[in-house]
Amino acid sequence: MSLRNNRAVLLAAAASVLLVAGLALALFWAPEDADQGFSQRIFYIHVPIALTAYSGFGWGAWKALRLLWTRESRYDLESYTAVHMGVIFGILTLVTGSIWAKISWGVWWTWSERQLTLFLVLFLFYCAYFMLRFSVESGPRRANLSAVYALFGVALIPVSFLAIRLAENFIHPVVFTRDGPQMSGSMFFVFCVCLAAMLGLFASLYTNELTGKRLDARLHELREALE
Amino acid sequence: MIQARDLGRRFGSKRVLRDLDLEVRAGELLLVTGPNGSGKSTLLSLMAGLLVPTEGEIEVDLPRGGIGYLAHEPLVYKELSALENLDLYGRLYHVAERRETIGALLERFGLWEARHERVGSFSRGMQQRLALCRVLLHGPELLLLDEPYSGLDASARTLVDDVLAEAAGSRTLVVASHEPEHVRPLATQALALA
Amino acid sequence: MTYFADVAALARKDILLQLRSRDTLPAMLLFVVSALVVFHFSLPSDASETASTGLLWIALLFTALLGLGRAFTAEREQRVLDGLVLAPCDRSAIWLAKSLGVLAFLGVAEAVALPAYALFFEPVGWELVAAVLLADLGLAAVGTLLAAMAAASRARELLLPLLFLPLVIPVVVGGVGATVADDPGRYLGFLALYDLIFAILSWASFEYVVAE
Repeated sequence: MSLRNNRAVLLAAAASVLLVAGLALALFWAPEDADQGFSQRIFYIHVPIALTAYSGFGWGAWKALRLLWTRESRYDLESYTAVHMGVIFGILTLVTGSIWAKISWGVWWTWSERQLTLFLVLFLFYCAYFMLRFSVESGPRRANLSAVYALFGVALIPVSFLAIRLAENFIHPVVFTRDGPQMSGSMFFVFCVCLAAMLGLFASLYTNELTGKRLDARLHELREALE
Repeated sequence: MIQARDLGRRFGSKRVLRDLDLEVRAGELLLVTGPNGSGKSTLLSLMAGLLVPTEGEIEVDLPRGGIGYLAHEPLVYKELSALENLDLYGRLYHVAERRETIGALLERFGLWEARHERVGSFSRGMQQRLALCRVLLHGPELLLLDEPYSGLDASARTLVDDVLAEAAGSRTLVVASHEPEHVRPLATQALALA
Repeated sequence: MTYFADVAALARKDILLQLRSRDTLPAMLLFVVSALVVFHFSLPSDASETASTGLLWIALLFTALLGLGRAFTAEREQRVLDGLVLAPCDRSAIWLAKSLGVLAFLGVAEAVALPAYALFFEPVGWELVAAVLLADLGLAAVGTLLAAMAAASRARELLLPLLFLPLVIPVVVGGVGATVADDPGRYLGFLALYDLIFAILSWASFEYVVAE
């Protein structure tokens, strides 16, 4: 038990260090972008958060697959926690993306940002995931339904992305465009540190949340055994 | 044929079955008694494979086609006729000589005259008799009967008695009942759930 | 091939049920025509072809939802689904039979909707018909699975649209694109891709939606 604790603490410590380092590098050390100036730096936060959200959904889908394959109920909690964390990071993606749009172009939302549009669709999808879970009693049934839905989610990611790209042809393209930053070596380095930081944050939060939920379940079990 | 170890099942936070061990060998008749809510139906559902355990395990050495499950509901379509319902199940269970088997069952349970009528117009007793036809249609080795007498009048009850008498010994049976007096003489094992 | 015999038996049952109940299909037909009329009043007079095409697709989506909401009522009401799940047939056969039924219904609804659309709005070209047919496959496949999920929950009618709409956004894109864009082939190909991916996924995972 204490060994697991140690690992969680180490993970949290590593994530914290990376976060501080990443933020510091992003704000002070990374070279200034010629076109967008200081506001471009939010890229170092926004994109890693987005990629981490995708990882969360992917991790949740992997655990869902394991659940359906092995029928072991512990994967349900793991899948749910991963999706839960993924949604939180998804909200952050939408928020940071919106802030960036406001800073860059003066609007809080724009459909020309493919990433953002994709996240909006996924956000709706995974909100329905929670509605599904809330409306089914806990047990093997709920675990199965959630797992199948999580798998549909990851199938939706590439398909939606393709759809959004195709949609741009007939939904009149908006004026704003943004060139993907051509990353120089140092920019790439900062990006990697920030990405590692966000993934570390995800892993740390995931581990904590999962432990907490498992303790809850165990407590429940013990209470019942006493009845 | 059926083996359960530490079997438990909960629905949400409610525990319906807990720490149940049981073994039913081929040819036996297990009688399950207990008040409402004690988990009789849940146990039969677990044996049928409709539910999976949340604790412990249960093993039934038969494929799905060898099990006949009589549930609380008749599990038939109200908008279809008796004949259409049995025809559907006959096809799904790959029953040989489907028409003859269905005809014989309908006759035996007194439903032949009503065979083209919508099941929705059937009385409770007729629906239960149709459900018995459904259960026996594919000649299962294991019969799981949840309250087989419910809703039946005296003449229909004797039909069930005959079915049980015939099946006991040649097939394996698990019968859950509120009124166990009919079944007790035939039972080789009894389980009382609290 | 007993699998297809099972599907045939189940599909026959589904069609019999729908013909007997006699309420779903007329409701769908009336709904889609009413929706189109409502849309006429909501569009400005100089609306583009894209706008009215988009509204047609919305009408089709919600008509599909209407039909899907009723797809599993017979099974759910008397827990007959348990009877089907107990049978030795592959559970995906239940999905396939049900989807074919839904597909048939969508087809009939569209046979009314498209002429109505041509009458009220724009003439209908071959690209729209092709897109509608391809879209139907995806909608039926995914919709049937989600309808079974919703039927297993407490929230049922509330839940189905929430599960359904995000998943069918790509279908709308493909459908509208095929109608208004310069090269419909790309969009039709995309619809076919969607159908393939989600039909396979639905077919494979239906087992886990209806059985524990």
